[in-house]
Amino acid sequence: MKHLIKNPRDFWAGIMFLALGALFAGVGVTYKIGTAARMGPGYFPLVLGLLLAGFGLAIALLALRGKNAGPGVEKFHWNATFWVLFPIVVFGIGLKIMGMIFMGLMVVIVSSLASEEFKLRPVIFLAIGLVVFCSIIFVGGLKLPIPLCPDFGVFEQLAACRV
Amino acid sequence: MELLANLQLGFGVALAGTNILYCFIGVLLGTLIGVLPGIGPVATIAMLLPATFVLPPVSALIMLAGIYYGASYGGSTTAILVNLPGEVSSVVTCLDGHQMAKQGHAGKALGVAALSSFFAGTVSTLLVAAFAPPLAELALKFGPADYFSLMVLGLLAAVVLAHGSLIKAVAMIILGLLVGLIGTDVNSGVARYNFGLPELIDGVGIGPIAMGVFGFGEIIRNLEHGQKREVTTSRVTGLLPNWQDIKQSTWPTIRGTMLGSFLGILPGGGPILGSFSAYTLEKKLAKDPSRFGKGAIEGVAAPESANNAAAQTSFIPLLTLGIPSNPVMALMIGAMIIHGIQPGPQIMTAKPDLFWGMIASMWVGNFLLVVLNLPLIGMWVKLLTLEYRFLYPAILLFCCIGVYSINNAWMDVLLAAGFGFIGYLFGKLDCEAAPLLLGFVLGPMMEENLRRAMLLSRGDPMVFVTRPISATLLVISVILLVIVLMPAIRSKREEAFVEDA
Repeated sequence: MKHLIKNPRDFWAGIMFLALGALFAGVGVTYKIGTAARMGPGYFPLVLGLLLAGFGLAIALLALRGKNAGPGVEKFHWNATFWVLFPIVVFGIGLKIMGMIFMGLMVVIVSSLASEEFKLRPVIFLAIGLVVFCSIIFVGGLKLPIPLCPDFGVFEQLAACRV
Repeated sequence: MELLANLQLGFGVALAGTNILYCFIGVLLGTLIGVLPGIGPVATIAMLLPATFVLPPVSALIMLAGIYYGASYGGSTTAILVNLPGEVSSVVTCLDGHQMAKQGHAGKALGVAALSSFFAGTVSTLLVAAFAPPLAELALKFGPADYFSLMVLGLLAAVVLAHGSLIKAVAMIILGLLVGLIGTDVNSGVARYNFGLPELIDGVGIGPIAMGVFGFGEIIRNLEHGQKREVTTSRVTGLLPNWQDIKQSTWPTIRGTMLGSFLGILPGGGPILGSFSAYTLEKKLAKDPSRFGKGAIEGVAAPESANNAAAQTSFIPLLTLGIPSNPVMALMIGAMIIHGIQPGPQIMTAKPDLFWGMIASMWVGNFLLVVLNLPLIGMWVKLLTLEYRFLYPAILLFCCIGVYSINNAWMDVLLAAGFGFIGYLFGKLDCEAAPLLLGFVLGPMMEENLRRAMLLSRGDPMVFVTRPISATLLVISVILLVIVLMPAIRSKREEAFVEDA
């Protein structure tokens, strides 16, 4: 298998396009297709999905030709990926409940772990400075509707919805 | 002399007290963030987009345009002093600019970059003012079929002129078009591809995509490679070039401006292609090409003027056709829609103050850049010495707040994180992300125009070849494709982008 794929980056990109195209086309057929004159919501996405799958297949096949040989896919740096994306996800979910002060400190401190030269003390100072700065500029100055402090009322609202 | 009257109207708007202030703030913020290594204009604009929400539309767009010029100029400063391009279009500036800095001529390189950019900005502002109106008038004659073909041409041209694999770029466009279709279909009211999530009924915003792919994805990539930076911290002095330097850089600046202005109008051209081609051209014309890469002043003047000229003229297709020619313009379309302005040829007649105000603000922005940057260069140099380990958490926090504030939606933050991973994956697979963003913006417009065209023709696809405008556009698309696929041109195209980079 390995020696068959002459250009791994192209090959896997092709497979990715093929899979995504198939996904979009597959879900697309569940919408009304309609006719060429009166296209339904499924018409254009279905055509595009099939087109994407076709291109994906072509890219993957072309990657098997020796003429197009290229370097292998570099390893993923999971460590950095996790420490950068994880705090963003927590920020998104937690902002309305915990407020920007806590979530801001969390983003700066947790994401700093992605760096190989992590040192706690300067990072804490940085986090405090940035949160103060953001509170003044974005919430105080630009009046963006971002909650600053924790608001556990959100839970009560949720509970009220359930009942 | 209509042009003069229009420009007068424009300058009236752009120089009005608050607008010039916002232009100034935009240029300042743009430069501030653009100077930071590893963050390009797309992420900068996406990040600062919410900051413009409180403003009236004209001021907001003037400020965003200011951010764009500022970010581009900041990128060049970084390129010269750190040898780390903040964006692709300053890659070539690195080559000679950083060499000049190493030889102790950092000030001169920065001064030439600023002055040649200013010259290019002045000329291209006039070009935009002269060419936008007739184009907008022509665009008003376009029917749905013509628009569809125009978008096909625009997207194709974008991949032809962009670098990297052609076929993968086309696939990325199609993927972008599909992602653009997520959300409620305007004609039938059916929610598509939302996978049962009510948060996706309005579709995916341009903010999360731009921020994820161009911001978060980029940060992960920078962390992975570790930042090897050689900052030329020695004091930057002698910003003003001497007579000899001016003589040496005059023609390269003029040629760079011309080339950049032309390439900027073409979809997909934009600043990147402009700076690369201008550099190549100068090297070809030079009496002693071996000086290039070793601190030739022409190697700074030409690409800097070209990329600034192209940045300006890429507003032409945006303002007249409502079609973005590069990711930054795609973001500007998003910003216009957020502010309730439908981009397209009707802007010029319906909102002349906005149209001419923006054009005039281009010149004002460029002027402010020179005034601002020459004295503030010391501050930018200080910023550059900041370590990346302190820089990226700050960028992340600003991005989180920015992306949340666009719609006050927590889902957008999660989407941005998701697109961050996707962007990182694209990088691993050598897939250029810019075409994705263009496709994303054009997806809904393309579907809408295709549907209307086919409805009018009662399902006959011949409408695309029988209407003269549409047929012409499609013929150009085909010619473009054929040219690119010709083996001789193909190798030339690949050559154009590997220029010492």
